[in-house]
Amino acid sequence: MLEIAGRKFRSRLFTGTGKFASATVMKAALTASDSEMVTVALRRVDLNDPADDIMSHLDRDHFFFLPNTSGARDAAEAVRLAHLARSVGNTNWLKLEVTPDPRTLLPDPVETLKATEELVREGFVVLPYINADPILALRLQDVGAAAVMPLGSPIGTNQGLLTRFQVAIIIEQARVPVVVDAGLGAPSHAVEAMEMGADAVLVNTAIAVAGDPVRMARAFADAVRAGREAYESGLGRRGTTAEASSPEVGLDFLHG
Amino acid sequence: MTSPVVISPSSAVPLLRLPDFATLSQQIRECGPNEVVAALGRERRTVSDLAALLSPAAETMLPDLARQAALITRQRFGRVIQLYAPLYLSSYCFNRCLYCGFSVDNEIPRRVLSLAEAEREAKILSRRGFEHILLVSGEAPAKLGVDYLEELARRLRDDFAAISIEVQPLKEEEYARLFAAGITAVAIYQETYDRRTYEEVHLGGPKADYDRRLEIPARVARAGMREVGLGALLGLADWRAEGLALGLHLAWLRKLAWRTGLTVSFPRLRPASGGFTPRVMVGEKNLSQLIFALRLFDPDVGLILSTREEQRYRDGMIGLGPTRYSAGSCTIPGGYGDSAADGEQFAIDDHRDLAEVAAAIRAKGHDPVRKDWDAIFQQR
Amino acid sequence: MSASNKIESGAATDQIVIVCNGQERLIEPGQTVAAFIAAMDLNPAMMAVELDGRVLDRTTYDSTLLTAGARLELIRFVGGG
Repeated sequence: MLEIAGRKFRSRLFTGTGKFASATVMKAALTASDSEMVTVALRRVDLNDPADDIMSHLDRDHFFFLPNTSGARDAAEAVRLAHLARSVGNTNWLKLEVTPDPRTLLPDPVETLKATEELVREGFVVLPYINADPILALRLQDVGAAAVMPLGSPIGTNQGLLTRFQVAIIIEQARVPVVVDAGLGAPSHAVEAMEMGADAVLVNTAIAVAGDPVRMARAFADAVRAGREAYESGLGRRGTTAEASSPEVGLDFLHG
Repeated sequence: MTSPVVISPSSAVPLLRLPDFATLSQQIRECGPNEVVAALGRERRTVSDLAALLSPAAETMLPDLARQAALITRQRFGRVIQLYAPLYLSSYCFNRCLYCGFSVDNEIPRRVLSLAEAEREAKILSRRGFEHILLVSGEAPAKLGVDYLEELARRLRDDFAAISIEVQPLKEEEYARLFAAGITAVAIYQETYDRRTYEEVHLGGPKADYDRRLEIPARVARAGMREVGLGALLGLADWRAEGLALGLHLAWLRKLAWRTGLTVSFPRLRPASGGFTPRVMVGEKNLSQLIFALRLFDPDVGLILSTREEQRYRDGMIGLGPTRYSAGSCTIPGGYGDSAADGEQFAIDDHRDLAEVAAAIRAKGHDPVRKDWDAIFQQR
Repeated sequence: MSASNKIESGAATDQIVIVCNGQERLIEPGQTVAAFIAAMDLNPAMMAVELDGRVLDRTTYDSTLLTAGARLELIRFVGGG
């Protein structure tokens, strides 16, 4: 079973709560996804419509909230948002996002490392969203990140696992759980990540904007289960035809 | 088959928990040809795959193992072999180890080189063209301690690109001191991962504590050394299980200390003073299988083949897995300057000098490299 | 609506101006944070309050008075990935 910072998760699919057409659809889709952990963002209360509280629709005993720091452009802003998140949610868990470039929303590695150090010191359980940089992942692990969340491709692009090679290295090297986040646009992308040995995936856009979000959520749930099952059952046998053409190695020199 | 769990990801200081040696042996022997073929076909290999590659079932597929090991070695290291020479500093030792010529009970002439003598020996190696030396001594801190090593390293660091040590276990801060003085790598062999055999052959001295020994490589890494060398003596216990234990130790260190380079040595027991006869026979095919299997399991690990092995074998293995060879070695303190010196640690079997070994490496289409780092780049 | 308008419209009383979520608000003097939140029909358990750049401990809402010029931020969770 997946374990992050001592907390166990039966489902390896984490879901985002953004971009849904309505609270009703969101709740139905998240329920269909079997997710136990959902990400949420922080915003000012809309004073013109203070009753508009989409999150009140979700039962927090059923869905573990993982607040993010989306919108933060540097470590200082992320730390401020973290403090607010802790106060709103009464939780010390945090998906750390620091995205200075509004165009790509790619994460800033330097500020992310700085903020992780600070927040771990303050007692937060930090899950940083990062580009798929293996050394950064290890540096974050070393300063106490509870997991790392490398992106498959830039957020919202639905491009899938463009960072496959780098993510494979992170999975191989990291001691903390690896959650592939962002860019997974189809269940096949999620299967790919899970087959490689990712500990979990986080999906939002692909479910939220699907023609039928509830059925798409179910498809992702199945995909994540299938990918994990394949990984655990020892995948990876390659065809041998390509190797047959490589030259024999002489071992005639061996005695005994 | 389940692979043994060696690491607890959530704990801050994961402990190395090796399964019982007999369990490892059995896990290997349960592997059949299907498991070997599957292991050969995989891109990234698990501990279970390593067990299959070490199994008797893999013996008939040795050429397949060799071919893949050669491919991976070429990809990761290129067509190069690194060269180094050992410099024996002292034959004093407080340990009683049945297999070792320096064992405290053995009646051999004992000697510890003075700093000036050690420097003279090193100069000889430097003139012969070596840029990487391995400083070796028995475990007798009173005769040769960290102050000695620190001072010697400071004297030698301008003459050598890399200085490694193979001495008694030190404290973390002592390793850090030596690193600051220019020593970049530490070899610290478990000798055997079989606890029972370990206790039978280590009769006395600080080395007799199996668990204490097992903990040292992680300490070396924590101290900031660039490289730590593991090793098992071949000839004490089931070599296949030693290979699997080495793989587990490697994998654990990889997770724990990602900044540290890792190497493995494969000392096959040779005749030594004290007349120890190897308890198990390890033939060249066995040794080769072990080398190939570890290369397939860990594509990045440095694999060291010393002059314990003879010329024919060492030449044959060039390009198939090993990445570092010693050359022109003498295992007697003071033996480079004085050919009449006596009291060796073990007998060597490849007597060629650096130029001859380098020529053999070139003849096999590889580049003999004498250094791959300059300690001078480190902060002084 | 500009600040001067608001002040004029409330000129008959001693109302004070605070800034909440970027908007100026006229409130009665001596109002606590808890009362302000309740007046807006918000559930204090589901939000954070930042007063002049500092996150307030939920247990102090009752005892914290809003003074003229106070900068208040009311934050809650919204959908996000």
